[in-house]
Amino acid sequence: MSLDLSPRPGAAPIATMVRHQAQMELRLLSRNGEQMLLTLVIPLVLIVLGGRSEQIVDLGPGRPMDIITPGILALAVLSTSFTSLAIATGFERRYGVIKRLGASPLPRWGLMVGKIAAIVVVEVVQLAILIGVGLALGWQPHGGAVAWIEAFCLIVLGTAAFGAMGLLIAGTLRAEATLAVANLVYVLLLVGGGLIVPLDRYPDQARHVLELLPSGALGEGLRETFAGAGADPFSFVVLIIWAVCCGLGVSRLFKWE
Amino acid sequence: MSQPAVEVTDLVMRYGDTVAVDGLSLTVEPGTVTAILGPNGAGKTTTIETCEGFRAPQAGSVRALGLDPIVDAKRLRPRVGVMLQSGGAWSGSRAHEMLRHMASLHAYPLDVDLLIERLGMQSFGRTPYRRLSGGQQQRLSLAMAIVGRPDLLFLDEPTAGLDPQARRATWDLIGELKGHGVTTVLTTHFMDEAETLSDHVHIVDGGRLIASGTVAELAVVGAEDSIRFTARAGLDVVALMAALPVDTKVVEVAAGSYVVNGAVDPALVAAVTAWLAGQGVLTDTMHVRRQTLEDRFLDLTGRTLR
Repeated sequence: MSLDLSPRPGAAPIATMVRHQAQMELRLLSRNGEQMLLTLVIPLVLIVLGGRSEQIVDLGPGRPMDIITPGILALAVLSTSFTSLAIATGFERRYGVIKRLGASPLPRWGLMVGKIAAIVVVEVVQLAILIGVGLALGWQPHGGAVAWIEAFCLIVLGTAAFGAMGLLIAGTLRAEATLAVANLVYVLLLVGGGLIVPLDRYPDQARHVLELLPSGALGEGLRETFAGAGADPFSFVVLIIWAVCCGLGVSRLFKWE
Repeated sequence: MSQPAVEVTDLVMRYGDTVAVDGLSLTVEPGTVTAILGPNGAGKTTTIETCEGFRAPQAGSVRALGLDPIVDAKRLRPRVGVMLQSGGAWSGSRAHEMLRHMASLHAYPLDVDLLIERLGMQSFGRTPYRRLSGGQQQRLSLAMAIVGRPDLLFLDEPTAGLDPQARRATWDLIGELKGHGVTTVLTTHFMDEAETLSDHVHIVDGGRLIASGTVAELAVVGAEDSIRFTARAGLDVVALMAALPVDTKVVEVAAGSYVVNGAVDPALVAAVTAWLAGQGVLTDTMHVRRQTLEDRFLDLTGRTLR
């Protein structure tokens, strides 16, 4: 058989394009060791240590596993939807991938949907593993089905807020700066962003600021939810505002090359 | 006349205070290979990328296949193949994987295995993009440009970094695509590439079109052709000139070294050798030198480095 070079242009069906794009992104993510470290190894280490956390830090009243597990789930969302996404997108811009795909039949929104789909798949796997390990180590989530539905909504909103933040950074800064900022923000929020340590362990003034951060809102929201108390609607509002503001920023400021 | 495949009209593009393209107009006829030549910074890439829809014209207009590259992007993109000057693939993606991914975005892509064979890409199929050599990256990038079977191809320096074999293979492929009716617009620094491949050449400098035509037309304008030969010193150049057409000049530039300047054609060569034969003179060497596209390019764009 010989190569038929006659022109026969045409775009693949949009669903096919988006599926291939998501699969490609997923393969690249899973091939990247640093991403796996960030998305699985660090949260796993923390959740295993978490059971003994009373010897390291005082997380406040209650069983350590019940306090730390929701925070680890929030951390997993942060690492995938913010840090991983920002770094990957930053380097895609640097290497002209986004530019090249911009000249392909795949529309830009299709590119974004592909990215989001890949992140959602990674998060589902990541959260399933962490929830399983948490339960095995003695985590007792309260609040029944309502709590799981609330948690699902919080995670979706958190993913949207962190994802939009990540894209905003990746779409406006150089790749090296994106790498630095994405990792720095990850570490800062992990240590002092109200993600894992409950907000009532912070000084009052700090708490008022942390409540307004997406990390504080997601971490605290998940802790309240699984404590059986029901999440404060304020957490939802904070996450929605971050998602909308950063989303608008992305649509205005994202530079495709 | 049929609608041009590409039509750039009075295009102006600036980056800050730098004017990259300064009122450029050019057309590309369908089914042809057209080369855009110019020194570094002449505005070639900016012009091509505006036609590809990467940026909007700041003044003037561009049309590709009769469509506005930004307004009609959805209709235009599947019909256009693009090879960027560099990059365009994930650093961690493997060569074949990247090509198959690009093919999967099209409805009727080329047979990927045959394309891989055709471009000699079998040996580095599983190599991540970041570890490919420059020439391998170029071949992958070309394959990605044509895999969707476009009507119109934009190739930005398609053979930069290729070894001679890969260059020939690329030229053959571009020629074959033309045989199938594909229109190709390419930028290049290689004059031999433009001479070999293109039906039409646009020379661009300082963001403006400064010359345009077929290779033959461009090379001939203002031609300073010459015949150089060596023979014994002291030949009667005045007598030789008398035997040659008017406007032909003969000078003995060094002892035994002669230059004939004029419109060089077979008749002139015959006249020179006939006169020498009549004198019983045997030439040691004889060179016919016609102006090349490169001469013309350097005349037009100057010899300063940019």
